[in-house]
Amino acid sequence: MIKLIKNLTKKDYIYALISLILIVIQVWLELKMPDFMSKVTILVESDGSKMSEILLNGLYMMLCAFGSLISTIIVGYLVANISASFSLITRKKLFEKVENLSIAEVKKFNVSSLITRTTNDITQIEMLIAMGLQLLIKAPITAVWAVSKILNKNFTWSMATLIAVLILLTVIAILTIIVVPKFKIVQKLTDKLNNSARENLTGIRVVRAFNAQDYQENKFDKVNTDLTNQQLFNQRTFSIMQPVMYLTMHTLTLSIYFIGALLIKDSILSDKITLFGDMVVFSSYAIQVIMSFLMLAVIFMILPRASVSAKRINEVLDEEITIKEGNVTKSKEKGTVEFKNVSFKYPDAEEYLLENISFKANKGETVAFIGSTGSGKSTLINLIPRFYDATDGQVLVDNINVKDYKLESLYNKLGYVSQKAVMFDASVSDNVSYGNNGKKKTKEEIKKAIEVSLAKEFVEKLDDKYESHIAQSGTNISGGQKQRLSIARAIARNPEIYIFDDSFSALDYKTDSLLRKNLKKYTKDATILIVAQRIGTIMNADKIIVLDEGKCVGIGTHKELLKTCEVYKQIALSQLSKEELENE
Amino acid sequence: MNNKQRTPRRGPGVPVEKAKNFKEAIKRLLKELKGYKVFIIISLILACFGAILSISAPNRLTKLTDEISKGLVINTKNLEKVTKQITTNMTNSLPSVLQMNISPTIMMDQSISLEDKNKLSDALKNNKYNEIPDSILNKILTDTYYKGVLVTKTDKINMLKNGIIPGNLKDVIFDDITIDNVKITSSDQVEFLKVLSTIDKNSKNTKVYKKLDKLPKSIRLLIEPNMNMKKIKKITIYLIIIYIISALFTFIQSLIMTTVSNKFAKDLRNNISKKINKLPLKYFDKHQSGDILSRITNDVDTLSQTMNNSLASLVTSITLFLGSLFMMFYTNYIMAITAVISSLFGFIFMGKILSKSQKYFKERQEELGNLNNVIEETYSSLNIVKVYNGKNICDEKFDKYNEKVYKANKMSQFLSGLMMPFMGFIGNFGYVCVCIVGALLVKNDMITFGVIVAFMVYIRLFTQPLSQMAQGLTSLQSAAAASERVFEFIDEEEFKEDKVSKVIDIDAAKGNIEFDNIVFTYDGNDKPTINGFSAKVKHGQKVAIVGPTGAGKTTMVNLLMKFYDIDSGDIKIDGVSIKDLSKENIRKLFTMVLQDTWLFDGTIKENIIYNRENISDERVKEICKNVGIHHFIKTLPKGYDSNVSDNDTISSGQRQLITIARASIKETPFLILDEATSNVDTRTEELVQNAMDKLTKGKTSFIIAHRLSTIKNADLILVMKDGNIIEQGNHNELMNKNGFYSELYNSQFEI
Repeated sequence: MIKLIKNLTKKDYIYALISLILIVIQVWLELKMPDFMSKVTILVESDGSKMSEILLNGLYMMLCAFGSLISTIIVGYLVANISASFSLITRKKLFEKVENLSIAEVKKFNVSSLITRTTNDITQIEMLIAMGLQLLIKAPITAVWAVSKILNKNFTWSMATLIAVLILLTVIAILTIIVVPKFKIVQKLTDKLNNSARENLTGIRVVRAFNAQDYQENKFDKVNTDLTNQQLFNQRTFSIMQPVMYLTMHTLTLSIYFIGALLIKDSILSDKITLFGDMVVFSSYAIQVIMSFLMLAVIFMILPRASVSAKRINEVLDEEITIKEGNVTKSKEKGTVEFKNVSFKYPDAEEYLLENISFKANKGETVAFIGSTGSGKSTLINLIPRFYDATDGQVLVDNINVKDYKLESLYNKLGYVSQKAVMFDASVSDNVSYGNNGKKKTKEEIKKAIEVSLAKEFVEKLDDKYESHIAQSGTNISGGQKQRLSIARAIARNPEIYIFDDSFSALDYKTDSLLRKNLKKYTKDATILIVAQRIGTIMNADKIIVLDEGKCVGIGTHKELLKTCEVYKQIALSQLSKEELENE
Repeated sequence: MNNKQRTPRRGPGVPVEKAKNFKEAIKRLLKELKGYKVFIIISLILACFGAILSISAPNRLTKLTDEISKGLVINTKNLEKVTKQITTNMTNSLPSVLQMNISPTIMMDQSISLEDKNKLSDALKNNKYNEIPDSILNKILTDTYYKGVLVTKTDKINMLKNGIIPGNLKDVIFDDITIDNVKITSSDQVEFLKVLSTIDKNSKNTKVYKKLDKLPKSIRLLIEPNMNMKKIKKITIYLIIIYIISALFTFIQSLIMTTVSNKFAKDLRNNISKKINKLPLKYFDKHQSGDILSRITNDVDTLSQTMNNSLASLVTSITLFLGSLFMMFYTNYIMAITAVISSLFGFIFMGKILSKSQKYFKERQEELGNLNNVIEETYSSLNIVKVYNGKNICDEKFDKYNEKVYKANKMSQFLSGLMMPFMGFIGNFGYVCVCIVGALLVKNDMITFGVIVAFMVYIRLFTQPLSQMAQGLTSLQSAAAASERVFEFIDEEEFKEDKVSKVIDIDAAKGNIEFDNIVFTYDGNDKPTINGFSAKVKHGQKVAIVGPTGAGKTTMVNLLMKFYDIDSGDIKIDGVSIKDLSKENIRKLFTMVLQDTWLFDGTIKENIIYNRENISDERVKEICKNVGIHHFIKTLPKGYDSNVSDNDTISSGQRQLITIARASIKETPFLILDEATSNVDTRTEELVQNAMDKLTKGKTSFIIAHRLSTIKNADLILVMKDGNIIEQGNHNELMNKNGFYSELYNSQFEI
């Protein structure tokens, strides 16, 4: 938590300092008020006092109240500034950090968790600062000050106050110890409940096909009962809190008065009036003391939640970025990709995902990768844009190790299309011209890219054509359309090297083959790397690399591999008939 | 995660979602709460009583204060009594002590001035011997004996002039007197006179009290303030009882409300869960699951929280408000008006601030939503952002919204933070106003001091509930909105009950299916998705349905499984129309594997067995061996008892195989595979196909597939386009036709 707060700017620290001073003044004024209050009380009570004196003291009290209000308003403004500034700065820092994380690290954290950390967790701490900072400063000051004010006044009263504080703190401590750990259970059960319902919703057709409605309902009912019982326990336990709090506070006032009555009775005449005044003042200070301890207790209750958030944020901020940039910006060669004895495993994993892969793609060549699910094709291709770094061996682009490139320069060479088409909340042309490759993309280029990727037809049917808006994640267009636009995005970059990570899967065979024909025509010199499941997609590649369980089991053309590579043959046979293969 | 932002913490000024029809929503809620009526009413009555008790308490506290402050005022009655008695005591015995020799010669004595002579006669007339001039005293006093004690002339002069009574005389001059059973000895009386003579009537109370403290004990006992400890004790005990009772009431009340609201929430959640399974599938085409989920958690939570916290506190605060208002006007109307006006002033001001902060809160929510969208978009497409060097674009967008959130945050936090200090100020302001006006009224003898003390408490009681009422009303509003959403779902129209007239027994089923000119249109579509589909399938046939996306392949399956009702036409299973069969009956006959791999949170075994009973572990293993995942499952740490959800090692292909295993466990006459193997690679698919073929031997099966290679050996291929069958036959027949199918098939091999 403290680590995060260090991110604040100088301005924020100055604000915090001013707030501190103002809060001290505020506490002083608030503790002054009971003095005037009791003066007014005594004045009103005694016969000889003048109206003007009452008015004067009333005015003082009002001034105190008003002064404290003004100071609270200013402090409120400053603290709002600090908390907003905190979330501005921290969120920015976190966002930039996440942008620089490698895909492996992102996977480790999980995207949705990273989103929650950047949004909810920061908001949690922001709330704590907004609500808690004032309390955090004010409560101890008030407690100490108010205690010091009453400490010397009377031993019996002080004892009564001490007992009340102890009772309250004990009750709060016990409740906290009993209930707070249970909150986590409630959270878990809520998640479970949510899951149970989500399960039923997402699998609604399966549930009905299996006539499993009762099964699901019983499952839900069980979690629901667990949740309700846990909630009941928590809330019932907590419902002791308020009555005990009020009872203690009221009883304290009453005790102070009763003790006061006894003291007054036994004291000499001249002390009586002073004692009475003290009693009124003491009771209001005692309430202040109790209130400030309650405030502290509240802080200790919110603090754990916020500190969990802080921990989660720090985890991301402290994550070491494993992908370090090089400084090469230019290369002599163009359009070659070479793997030299490349192996890869996840940092904590025992087994290698890729083992000893070597191949070279020359300029203008099409190299395809095929293999069954989990064979490591996507991982292999992801080593080129350094989503992961090879554990052993070298990945060379234009004969320079990818680790030596400045990332921006490396990326400018690449046109990468992911398996899942990504769409941004922007217009069609903004989506296609997305990113930066050092060159400006003209309208014509964008149109051309859309045409090559066979998206022209549907784009021109849209209401605003190239300026039509695409919703976040492209929810307003179909999967195939998304995939075509994301291919257009790569084409618009006019890269040396294309990387297609199973990017044709949502297209039907016809579109698939037509698109690849177009692409080849449009980008004669470009090197193309394709990961695919369909034999049809890759049959005509210059080089096909067959992967099986992370190992390269065959390199060659379709025809060569049919003869030499058993795995390839099996894949091919599972998709085409023998005759068809022989016809080729 | 998407679009499901956690509901913001409710606080002052946070904009509330308003119900479309507040009254209707509350009415509907009340209807649902009927079962809990008694408990809720008891709880509200308790809350009401608790509030009334807390109003009556300050009244008593005032009495306590009054009673204590009585202990500050000296007993003037006794003081007067003592003074009178002692003086009379003295005056009575004085002449005989002094034994003044007042002879007429004095009057004639030339050495005495006329003035002094006049003084003497006045003094004698009034029995004020100390006013006798010194010149005369010297002459008329001599040493004498009083009751056997010698009283010298000097003693006498001292007595008269300085009030000093010689020790030996004390006992003889003053007789002991007894007032209210307290004996005052003669020396005490002398002491009293001495102290009294030093008191200046115009000096301050405290000074006078200090002097009075020097009085002898016996007299102090008489004149000291009399505190009625009995009464004080009584009031204290009474108050403690009130406090305890009111605490008990609050406790019981919240226990009841907690129980009721949680039980109510549980019922609601169960109702929603049950409702999910009673709605026709078309409902889910139009509604997102996130929306329904948020009704189960967020909306039900809002409802139960409102019931738990706000309802009782609303009743309490309204009672407090009205009660203190009543008590104030009952006690003194001028003071009451002062109190109301002084706090009203503050509240108007506060209302202004609140309405202003609403705007910022709304803005904050909106901007936060926008910012979250940017974050989500960037994080979930980070690979593209990186490779396309799109960081700048994202940063720009992010900074723009981050800055906007910052501004909105600042203002909304600031304004909402004002609420509490303002409340405090209004309380203090009212307090001072009441004190000043009260003091004025006390001066004019219009009220007693106790009234002011009472008002000091009333003003606090009066200002507190107002903010609680405001909060209570806001949460009531959001509860209404939540109840609207919850009941909207619960009241949603359920699917029609089947008119069951026939039953097909699973063991007796033959496996023939006939589609007869089926027409079906999805709700909200203009064009029918299925338009005149007709086909006959004989038992044991393997039927493949192929065609481009949107041709209606999956829809056919949906109709067959009675997920949707056919508009016109009929499907007959073994000659029986599905309209005459119950949904459960039809579904019992089919095994179905879907494209999306639906696994639930549980172990692999649980997922495979699902809701079937009496399935042995051996059977599960056998099936898994058939499908080819037995080996894989064995490699997992806990084998068949491994949990599905926290296992990243299970790939989507393997997940699909598990769902196939689940389907295979059930022996049914019909089998439907709706793109069931789309996530597994083609080699695995072949293995699975072989396993399935073994399983489906003699059964009628329907296979929907993208990959044409998988269906080449089907007995019948139905080629669908635009909701109709355009070609049918087996693979070779269709290829020879050179029609749509062969075109589709050949496109796989084009470059």
